[in-house]
Amino acid sequence: MKITRETVIRVAGLAKLALTEAETERLTHEMGKIVEFADKLAELELTAVAPTTHAVQMENVYRADELKPSYPREEILANGPERDDTCFLVPKAVDGEGPEW
Amino acid sequence: MVKAGASGAGGGAGGGASGKEEIAAWSMTQAAAGLARGEVTSRQLTEIMLERIAASDNNAYITVNPQALAEADAADARRRAGKARSGADGIPVALKDNICVRGLPTTCASRMLANFTPPYSAAVAERLAEAGTVLLGKLNMDEFAMGSTSEHSYFGPVKNPRNPARVAGGSSGGAAAAVAEDLAYLALGTDTGGSVRQPAAFCGAVGLKPTYGRISRFGVVAFASSLDQVGPITKTVADCAWALSLLAGGDPRDSSSLPHPPADYIAGLRGVAGLADAGGSGYGGGGGNGGGRGSDGDGGRDTYGNGTVFGAGQGGRPRIGVPREYMGEGIQAEVRRAVSDLAAKMAAAGAAVEECSLPRAEYALSAYYVISSAEACSNLGRYDGVKYGYRANNYDSLEDMIRRSRSEGFGDEVKRRILLGTYTLSAGYFDAYYKRAQQARTLIMEDFRQAFQRYDALLIPTSPVTAWRRGADFADPSAVYAMDLCTVSVNVAGLPAISLPWGTDGDGLPIGAQLIGAPLSEALLLRIAHGAEELGAAVNSRRPNAGIGTGPAVGAARDAGAGSAASPASGSASSTGAGSAADAAGDAGAGRSEGGRLDG
Amino acid sequence: MAESEYQTVIGLEVHAELDTASKIYCGCGTAFGGEENTQVCPVCAGLPGVLPALNRRAVEFCVMAGLALGCEINTYSRQDRKHYFYPDLPKAFQTSQFDLPLCRGGYVDIEAGGQAKRIQLTRIHIEEDAGKLIHGPAGTRVDYNRCGVPLIEIVTEPDFSNAGEVYAFLEALREILLYSGVSNCRMEEGSLRCDINLSIHREGEPLGTRTEMKNLNSFSAAKAAVEYEEKRQRQVLAQGGRITQATLRWDDARGLNYVMRSKEDADEYFYFPEPDIMPIALSAAEIQAIGARLPELPQARRRRYRETLGLSDYDARLLTSAKAFSDLLDEAVALGAPAKLCANFIMGDITRLLGEAGLPPERLPFGGAALAELTALIAQGDLSNSMGSKVVESLFAPACAGQSPKEIVAAKGLSQVSDQAALQAMCRQVIEENPQVAADYRGGKTKAIAALVGQVMKLSRGKANPALVNQILADLLA
Repeated sequence: MKITRETVIRVAGLAKLALTEAETERLTHEMGKIVEFADKLAELELTAVAPTTHAVQMENVYRADELKPSYPREEILANGPERDDTCFLVPKAVDGEGPEW
Repeated sequence: MVKAGASGAGGGAGGGASGKEEIAAWSMTQAAAGLARGEVTSRQLTEIMLERIAASDNNAYITVNPQALAEADAADARRRAGKARSGADGIPVALKDNICVRGLPTTCASRMLANFTPPYSAAVAERLAEAGTVLLGKLNMDEFAMGSTSEHSYFGPVKNPRNPARVAGGSSGGAAAAVAEDLAYLALGTDTGGSVRQPAAFCGAVGLKPTYGRISRFGVVAFASSLDQVGPITKTVADCAWALSLLAGGDPRDSSSLPHPPADYIAGLRGVAGLADAGGSGYGGGGGNGGGRGSDGDGGRDTYGNGTVFGAGQGGRPRIGVPREYMGEGIQAEVRRAVSDLAAKMAAAGAAVEECSLPRAEYALSAYYVISSAEACSNLGRYDGVKYGYRANNYDSLEDMIRRSRSEGFGDEVKRRILLGTYTLSAGYFDAYYKRAQQARTLIMEDFRQAFQRYDALLIPTSPVTAWRRGADFADPSAVYAMDLCTVSVNVAGLPAISLPWGTDGDGLPIGAQLIGAPLSEALLLRIAHGAEELGAAVNSRRPNAGIGTGPAVGAARDAGAGSAASPASGSASSTGAGSAADAAGDAGAGRSEGGRLDG
Repeated sequence: MAESEYQTVIGLEVHAELDTASKIYCGCGTAFGGEENTQVCPVCAGLPGVLPALNRRAVEFCVMAGLALGCEINTYSRQDRKHYFYPDLPKAFQTSQFDLPLCRGGYVDIEAGGQAKRIQLTRIHIEEDAGKLIHGPAGTRVDYNRCGVPLIEIVTEPDFSNAGEVYAFLEALREILLYSGVSNCRMEEGSLRCDINLSIHREGEPLGTRTEMKNLNSFSAAKAAVEYEEKRQRQVLAQGGRITQATLRWDDARGLNYVMRSKEDADEYFYFPEPDIMPIALSAAEIQAIGARLPELPQARRRRYRETLGLSDYDARLLTSAKAFSDLLDEAVALGAPAKLCANFIMGDITRLLGEAGLPPERLPFGGAALAELTALIAQGDLSNSMGSKVVESLFAPACAGQSPKEIVAAKGLSQVSDQAALQAMCRQVIEENPQVAADYRGGKTKAIAALVGQVMKLSRGKANPALVNQILADLLA
């Protein structure tokens, strides 16, 4: 497939990456080359071939429904870039505050 | 240069400067023998390593463990009390910096995780700690294990100890460089598309990528979950076998880990004799011990059980296939010649060697890059500046915070993979890329399955070229990706493979030969590799004083406290010290034209 | 054009938290209301390098729900990753199921507006819950306690045409899930909630553009939201406008919807198979074994109550309206208690007293054994019905905690007087004191005897056995 500037901008948006002009330019070229590489897969006749999703073919690997102690809260929060005593903090999430309908 | 055996036995350990160098050059097996005999203490080994790490400028380490000497003292105390935890108790080791250790930073060589300290340890870190090893520190790598040069690191590139102008390979470049420069007796890397084997080849070390699921991935920061596997990098095949026996086994915390009991990886090592006799048992399929996994004792079903594994091995001469797809154009001539030479010598030693074919091999690279990038973009979504990792300083909303944190926290190579993965999974492209890659995966596995009905192992180069210059200007990233030609199919099919040094190229750079086995055939693979290693003692460029531990020596070392004199085996006297110097000098001038050749 | 020309088409996605002890991929607890971030470990907080381990009971509960709802259980199923960025989702993907869910098809029979209707289900799958965001003026706080609590998502066909049907469906579904024992369905704790897709169109024309309303966490909110959005869409079309695709969030306090997302950023979830969890393969025998653990469901109980216990359809419905009632009845009947008498107590005194105490049926302070003992006393003639009511009241009283009906009867002297001689004496006294009534009876007004019986009961303070009193009076007046 042809990789255009617009493709790179769209995909970067989905991946939550902000690209500079120069990065967009460079990545459009690089992505094009890499995708060409991936396009080789189109040569294969695959209609009757089942996909392999796991490198080992195991099934039904379960854990029993048993409680284990959780981690001390301090250890969970310790790496938080911003936090208070009990929670991680993020800028105000604005979900659901669009116009009233 | 003095032979390791002589120096170990004679020269007072940790004595003069040359004594330290000799001890540093010991294999893990030799170091264990030294500890067992009481010639050295863990503190001495650890001090030697720490001094060397401080003096080294190859940038192999990101973090040095401040507790290393305390751990060494504890190991010495255990040994004095006759309570050594294993033969490896007190051996200084190091871990790639994507393997979590409670209380030590785990950075993945990324700005994103530069300040991340996990409150848990990886299963492999626990297992090594249970064996009593001393953790020296955390090793440099390509950011999030993406790359084949270890130049994509927030902490700067790793230099190849064999020639500092060259790359160390990647992504476990720090692990390979640490072992090659005697900065650890054992290093653990991770191998998603060759990241243990290729740097081992570039630096002249031995690197083993076990069967997918043979070693728990719990606590190893994920790159591509269906491909990742931890593997040891060591100076000798015997050390790799030993490391594997310390690490292998199922783990209820990793659902993809294989429940099959590990084989005895060391007992079957016979040196060259192993090339005339593949051994009748102790390898292949884990002996039909399928089922019985999970903490509630529930039988998982799998296709590796019941002894119906592919892999022939009825004893007698091991049968080695050399797939022509990996021996043609695009492989550096010296590399091709070296692998052919090894094939011929193995045949002369008794193995049945013949050319064979893996017809769908050429699709492995495409399948690999699609699958690994898709899984990577998924695994790396969690780095959003919310609960750990880098958070941008300036932002004007939640959305903006996430986007800026990711954009500033990730390096270029990681961004490329995320973009590729996002693209191939996005609506309208999934079937053309991701699904086709998974289907191609089925065909690639089928090729290997058929090959292993005829052969016990396959022999190919580890890398199409030897270590290229740092900062080499490739036309575009796909030209570098093409360098993974010889390693990725093993990950796509979940197979075990080992890279061992086999001679050098014209610039004195090590060449790696790769042996690939059927699933769970590590014992046989190691046996064959051990034979090859002994054959190679003469051609091998690696410092000969790191003796190749043979079966009995390893056995003695494993046996904690067994004070028997392990004779550390056959080194060779081929010129090396001089080679390295000439190597470095030669490189500065000429340089090869990999870039040009590969672009063509 | 008239609004009434439009028809409404509604489909639901219902999320129910499964009542497991631990989370779906780790050993952390699932209890509601814990202190922030105290039921969290590296796995459910999505820290780097850790891996999920699938809780077997979550799979079994989903299969049980599927069997209870008439689904076909897939013998091969798989988990997939569903990706989106939001701070309540620490891995940036929700582990869910995409193309191979555990259950397909199924149905729920409802009755709404006097009409019986069958709502078809599309599928049921397992997935993990997300965390909780607490919005404040300065920012948002993130609590991961709920992350990884196992959920089933039940997706219906677009079979609903009004709010009443949605309400009836949610009630029926809740009842079945409760009876199955897979979810506590506490809407106030968010353990049952639904998303609603709604569109309107004219008969014979293609379906309209739909909007999706998220996270309705009460039946009444679901009903109100449907009515509100249905009306809004009709008004938009009536004014010549067009419906645009959007995701809305219902604000129950204000009774209106907010726009969360509009069409421009349509959902893209990048589903792909979860490499860290192995597929689920279930044999027919395993599915059957899981099904065997399923308790008797409300419909089957109602049938049994009618056909085996001889109760009316009305009684059967009331008794199964709460699983605790139905269990109480079954327990008492299993101990030999008369069904109808038990049913009367449950639907009468017990329901009334629970209401007065503000207790849900599952918090009833006594069990089937007490009810069986009580009804046995009455059946044997040792206790009158009215005394029985008093015993039930005592069973609710904290002062009588732990006492059996027999003990209460003894302690309070409630035992019915069946002593022939004592009753005869009381009857004589009443006849003497009411000569006119006695004369009326003798004169042929047989109904007059009731007044005399009442007097005897009064005299005995309710303890007289009314049947015996009747008999004695008739004999004395003959």
